[in-house]
Amino acid sequence: MRKVYSKIETIAGNVISVKADGVSYGELAEVSTSFGKSLAEVIKLDHGMVSLQVFAGGRGISTGDEIRFLGHPMKVSFSENLTGRIFNGSGIPRDKGPELTENMISIGGPSFNPAKRVIPRNMIRTGIPMIDLFNTLVESQKLPIFSVSGEPYNELLARIAMQAEVDLIILGGMGLKYDDYLFFKDTLEEGGALSRTIMFVHTASDPTVECLMVPDISLAVAEKFALQGKKVLVLLTDMTNFADAMKEIAITQEQVPSNRGYPGDLYSQLASRYEKAVDIEGSGSITILGVTTMPGDDVTHPVPDNTGYITEGQYYLKNGRIEPFGSLSRLKQQVNDKTREDHRALMDGMIKLYAAYKDSLEKQSMGFQMSAWDDKLLKYGHMFESVMMDLTVNIPLEKALDEGWRILSECFDPSETGMKSSLIEKFWPKKG
Amino acid sequence: MKQGKVVGINGNMVTVALESSVIMNEVGYIITDEGKRLKSEVIRVMGDEAQLQVFEITKGISIGDGCEFSGDLLAVELGPGLLGQVYDGLQNPLPELAEQAGYFLERGIYIDPLNRSRRWEFTPTAHEGDKVEKADVLGTVPEGPFKHAIMVPFNMLDSYTVKSIKPAGSYLITDTIAVVTDARGNEYNLTMSFQWPVKRAITCYEERLKPVEPMLTKTRVIDTFLPVAKGGTYCIPGPFGAGKTVLQQTTSKYADVDVVIVAACGERAGEVVETLKEFPELTDPKTGKSLMERTIIICNTSSMPVASREASVYTAVTLAEYYRQMGLDVLLLADSTSRWAQAMREMSGRLEEIPGEEAFPAYLESSIAGFYERAGIVRLRSGKKGSVTIGGTVSPAGGNFEEPVTQATLKVVGAFHGLSRERSDARKYPAIHPIDSWSKYKGIMDEKKTGEAYSLLKRGYEVEAMMKVVGEEGTSLADYLIYLEGDFLDAVYFQQNSFDAVDAAVAPERQELVFNKIHSLLKSKLKLNDKTEARSWFNSLRQKFLDWNYSEWESDDYVKLEKEIDAQIAGMKA
Ligand SMILES: Nc1ncnc2c1ncn2[C@@H]1O[C@H](COP(=O)(O)OP(=O)(O)OP(=O)(O)O)[C@@H](O)[C@H]1O
Ligand SMILES: [Mg+2]
Repeated sequence: MRKVYSKIETIAGNVISVKADGVSYGELAEVSTSFGKSLAEVIKLDHGMVSLQVFAGGRGISTGDEIRFLGHPMKVSFSENLTGRIFNGSGIPRDKGPELTENMISIGGPSFNPAKRVIPRNMIRTGIPMIDLFNTLVESQKLPIFSVSGEPYNELLARIAMQAEVDLIILGGMGLKYDDYLFFKDTLEEGGALSRTIMFVHTASDPTVECLMVPDISLAVAEKFALQGKKVLVLLTDMTNFADAMKEIAITQEQVPSNRGYPGDLYSQLASRYEKAVDIEGSGSITILGVTTMPGDDVTHPVPDNTGYITEGQYYLKNGRIEPFGSLSRLKQQVNDKTREDHRALMDGMIKLYAAYKDSLEKQSMGFQMSAWDDKLLKYGHMFESVMMDLTVNIPLEKALDEGWRILSECFDPSETGMKSSLIEKFWPKKG
Repeated sequence: MKQGKVVGINGNMVTVALESSVIMNEVGYIITDEGKRLKSEVIRVMGDEAQLQVFEITKGISIGDGCEFSGDLLAVELGPGLLGQVYDGLQNPLPELAEQAGYFLERGIYIDPLNRSRRWEFTPTAHEGDKVEKADVLGTVPEGPFKHAIMVPFNMLDSYTVKSIKPAGSYLITDTIAVVTDARGNEYNLTMSFQWPVKRAITCYEERLKPVEPMLTKTRVIDTFLPVAKGGTYCIPGPFGAGKTVLQQTTSKYADVDVVIVAACGERAGEVVETLKEFPELTDPKTGKSLMERTIIICNTSSMPVASREASVYTAVTLAEYYRQMGLDVLLLADSTSRWAQAMREMSGRLEEIPGEEAFPAYLESSIAGFYERAGIVRLRSGKKGSVTIGGTVSPAGGNFEEPVTQATLKVVGAFHGLSRERSDARKYPAIHPIDSWSKYKGIMDEKKTGEAYSLLKRGYEVEAMMKVVGEEGTSLADYLIYLEGDFLDAVYFQQNSFDAVDAAVAPERQELVFNKIHSLLKSKLKLNDKTEARSWFNSLRQKFLDWNYSEWESDDYVKLEKEIDAQIAGMKA
């Protein structure tokens, strides 16, 4: 039986401290308060004094509340029973299902040995042309969606969750609006994808500390499934809320901030989560697609900035579309030479023409005279936007490539496209 | 054994109550419940307590856990067998660790950096009775493409007499290969390996020389316009995705040096894997052996413990200095030094030191200066020269160079290769900004000519900026030609395709030939009568030039394209 302590010495923000011995760093404790029990984690040990971060927050805690140390760090149950279930940031069910206590695993485990990694090699098909064709998502990639608030990033994530060719989806929600949480739940249910989904959701009204646990819990579970051979896609939304939770806690602990209030270890904290993405030789994989909202549409804000330095490219979501220019999948060249022979050429060629369309558009807006070539480009641009940039479609890559050729053939003569003749011969739609 | 007990834990900093004396920066081991020994370093001593930074995850350490002090500073093992290795920041060999621990980096497992069972073919060069001192060569063993010098350990500070030396034969690195005696008759058994503390520079040379000889990278814009010298230092700051890592990877493949040390410091593990898988398959044109045999990878990626990230750059530079001591040219590439600086910042925060700008410690500048100071070209006692060149990337917050790490670095390096977001967005690689960047070193090209090319490029940019306002119509033909010439120079010379087998690495002879051809074109007067004609003439010349760049040196294609280019230019000269 572990000792119970009932004299809390200090309460500051979400952090309480108590005199206790034999405690270890990262250990969990249970705090019994008048409003129920909460977990707490040891975040600092200083001689006899133990500081704990209370998951449910400090509000309402009495100096006489009881603290019982559990003798182990934060754990989560891992089994097939997780699929189709929804939990909060402490791993407690949010749905009506039973609490799971079997096969508890630690979270925030050690990193993957780089010497054991392999070069990424498999594409993940999402059925969305702006991704599959132009910025292919690759198994084991970590990629954020940079977005201004108000953009339909959760709709995009939900669609990817339903369409992506993976074995398992783990959705980590941080600071989700309750409506968004319901949206995910309903959409996945209706789309029949809930049965291959596990959700760990922290909503905006839940305690801040629980927000911090979401990525670690999601990724610990993902890792175990990947080791069992599953292709796992982890969706994290919104990582800016996660960073803000860290900021809030760092400030209440009076840590010296480095940049706009964020703690100096923001980069390391984000990286230790994103680096969980991995392709395990002879087994499964973890791919991470996150959402990072950009406060004030500013990509140099510390959260998107640090994220960009960690991830393997980014998708910019603007006006409901994935921007063709800033967006980049840094791993696409590992896979897009193995799909169809026209993939790379069409990707480059169509983007070049789209850039030319933008120039024509600018000329038009400045009132300059439009040439015949400009007119062709304008037609092309409109078709490109309505067919290729539509995020609400589900078409296989091959179909998207065919659509690409169709658009080109409806707007241009073959020689105007800058495409190789051998490809034109093979793929240019025949008239009639 | 000196001991202590854990009394406090805060992140990766542990406070230990001392039961005996300690040495500042001494290595200690925290012993956990499960019997794991976690490597740590004393970073502050206060009365009868010491604070240690732990090089591992600290989860699970308890109050009351024991601590053993080793009496040694944080050190690396030096000896044959370093080349081709992949180490973590503390010189733990990662492939061997994977064999023992599987997929994950289990903490508390430390493996000998150098293989204890491998035999080396030793050839003695010293003789009985020889007088020797530190860093003098006792013999050699073949390692990869080199003769690896077996030296008197650098920490032996007296003069010694060789009492005996082993005959040629095959030995383990732990075998005694020589016995030396000092003036008082004390005997020392020397093996082929020894330890050296990473934070102390190796200075067993006669004198440091001025870095003047170019270190060729085979990247045109660097060698021709922004050269790096052997023994010099340079930095590559740039926003995320601008191409810092790709540029360093290209340099690590093609640089004209003997040994390359890649320090992957707090960046993506996936990037190291590329090097790891690719290098054994590539051939070093200089030696005909695999590229991996001239390479050492020090790998502390972003999710690995942050304290060993701080140590990793010192581990890397110490290995570099060791090979320099054999008269070799070593290139150290660190990606990214900002992550190293951030590791210092995290530790400083835990120590509650008074923070400087952006919460970096006050000693940020001196630490950065101290690191780059370990580069240099030196003359050894043997008369041979050796060099350590250091190139570091910098990842400035928000891509803004007005931040502490970039600024502190710019104060001490000899060349600045600044990457620009504008250029990388336009896919103009390498995205080194030709105008903002600078180098204090002398390159391979005639400086008068490069200066002329530079000022043309600058004027081209000015015209381009002006054209945005007044339009093509409002630009004179003369100005328009300057714009086209600048654009041409940029497209065919400053830009280079690092993913093309030929264009990725351009030998100095070829750089010289191509540059001179462009230079003479820029100096000539062309009979171009209007803008449309000028534009299409330059477009066609550019296409030929790019094809020429992609054709193998002196191949049939190459010869043919050069003729076509010469003809096109000759036809237009006024
Ligand atoms: N020389 C090049 N040629 C072609 N593409 C390049 C080149 N350099 C960079 N790129 C493209 O830019 C991407 C990012 O490059 P890189 O990884 O070198 O950026 P970085 O500056 O190291 O970014 P970070 O700071 O995030 O690590 C690459 O994946 C590649 O797609
Ligand atoms: Mg990089």
